[in-house]
Amino acid sequence: MIDLQPLFTTFRLALITTAILLVISVPLASWLAHSRSRFKTIIEALVSMPLVLPPSVLGFYFLVAFGPAHGFGKFIEHYFNTRLVFSFPGLVVASVIYSLPFMVHPIQAGLAGLSPGLKEASFSLGKGRMETLFKVTLPNIKPSLLTGVVLAFAHTIGEFGVVLMIGGNIPGQTRVASIAIYDEVEAMNYHAANVYAMILFAITFSILLIVYFVNHRYVITRQL
Amino acid sequence: MISFSICKSLQTAHGNITLDISCEIPSGQLATIYGASGAGKTTILRILAGLLQPEKGHITLDGNTWLDTANGSGLLPQKRSIGFVFQDYALFPNMTVRKNLEYALEKRQDKKAIDELIEVMELQELHNRYPDTLSGGQKQRVALARALVRKPQLLLLDEPLSALDIDMRLKLQDHILQVHKHYKLTTLLVSHDISELFRMSDKVFVLEQGKIIKEGPPFAVFSNPQASGKFQFTGEVVSIEKEDVVYVVSVLIYNSIAKVVATAGDVQNLKLGDTVSVFSKAFNPIIRKIEMPIKK
Repeated sequence: MIDLQPLFTTFRLALITTAILLVISVPLASWLAHSRSRFKTIIEALVSMPLVLPPSVLGFYFLVAFGPAHGFGKFIEHYFNTRLVFSFPGLVVASVIYSLPFMVHPIQAGLAGLSPGLKEASFSLGKGRMETLFKVTLPNIKPSLLTGVVLAFAHTIGEFGVVLMIGGNIPGQTRVASIAIYDEVEAMNYHAANVYAMILFAITFSILLIVYFVNHRYVITRQL
Repeated sequence: MISFSICKSLQTAHGNITLDISCEIPSGQLATIYGASGAGKTTILRILAGLLQPEKGHITLDGNTWLDTANGSGLLPQKRSIGFVFQDYALFPNMTVRKNLEYALEKRQDKKAIDELIEVMELQELHNRYPDTLSGGQKQRVALARALVRKPQLLLLDEPLSALDIDMRLKLQDHILQVHKHYKLTTLLVSHDISELFRMSDKVFVLEQGKIIKEGPPFAVFSNPQASGKFQFTGEVVSIEKEDVVYVVSVLIYNSIAKVVATAGDVQNLKLGDTVSVFSKAFNPIIRKIEMPIKK
């Protein structure tokens, strides 16, 4: 019987990472879309770094930074009693940073394409910032939000290098499906590798299919 | 009455100008700011709405101070009793026409207000449609209705009719005048269409390079003071043709063309697109109702 634990770990990681990314990306993307600050380009470049850096580079620096011997890792261990290397919380933090551009870029593009008049119209109708955000801004960039969520989710599922560097291969903790596949192949256990691979393939394909279907429908209904 | 004075430097396509104006509009009047594009018209509306902060300014409406930069006080846009109709209408694409109006309701406000506005603005057929499916004139009516849901004291209209054809424009001018009277609004309209402001406004402010160079009733502002003509129209020169010894100037007045004979001296400083006043002093015009043929 195949151990399904790595698949659960993978989807748990992807879900938590996507949820955290959604919360932090909306304000970040909104700032990037509208700010005229000098620091904007620097932040933009930093957000995009995971797109170009080899995952092993990121993984290596995470390993150094999160290690209990150094500043950040020490601080977390001391105040939150959590160790970020070779642990699930560490994987979440690394994944959030690694998948950040995949969530921020679509949302930023969506916000930049939205007429600023919508927000101002909402203000002139007496509505506050929060109500405007949830009832006007976000509903009107639904396709961008959906794209961001799907890309971030899919990218986290497909993670390999970063996870290997920072998470290791601890069953039930940091052993995700992509690593389990690598492991089984190393052990010449092609059948098990194939099962993991097939399941990942089928699930991710279905998710993408549903999302594109929903997005397409959404665009059509508004034009009827 | 609303009175305001505003000072703000603007970067426009024609370089930097300083917007420096002060205006008063009595309650219940419809006033128009007239000027070329880039003169700062929209900026004035945005400052009144609180969407933009002037360097120096003071705004009071019926004794309530909305903005006073001297002591650093200012109301947020949400707290000002305004209805703002944007140039691109800014309807919420994710809501139907009715939901767009309902969004504007205040807490505990009666939903009857929506039904009344839908009736007044003739939106009964459209209330379940989404904005992307509406024509320009229909969007305009929805935007106007939505701006009135909160029963504002001040209605701000930013070139609301510039994108519409002439028939639709006339019809919507009627709609605006109708709600302006019905809801006893004080209305400030931005326009660069002389026929529009003649038809609608009680008072005109002519804005040029950030300053108000003339103000008053439309006739006093746009008429030639030397002509005491009683028969007088304002229009736009659309063609100048030479015929034998005289020139024939075609002038677009509203939506009809009038041909006027002119001498070489008259046309010397006229060019296509000029705004002109066509008047006659020597005879009395006769007015007669046009009888429509009786339908059998």
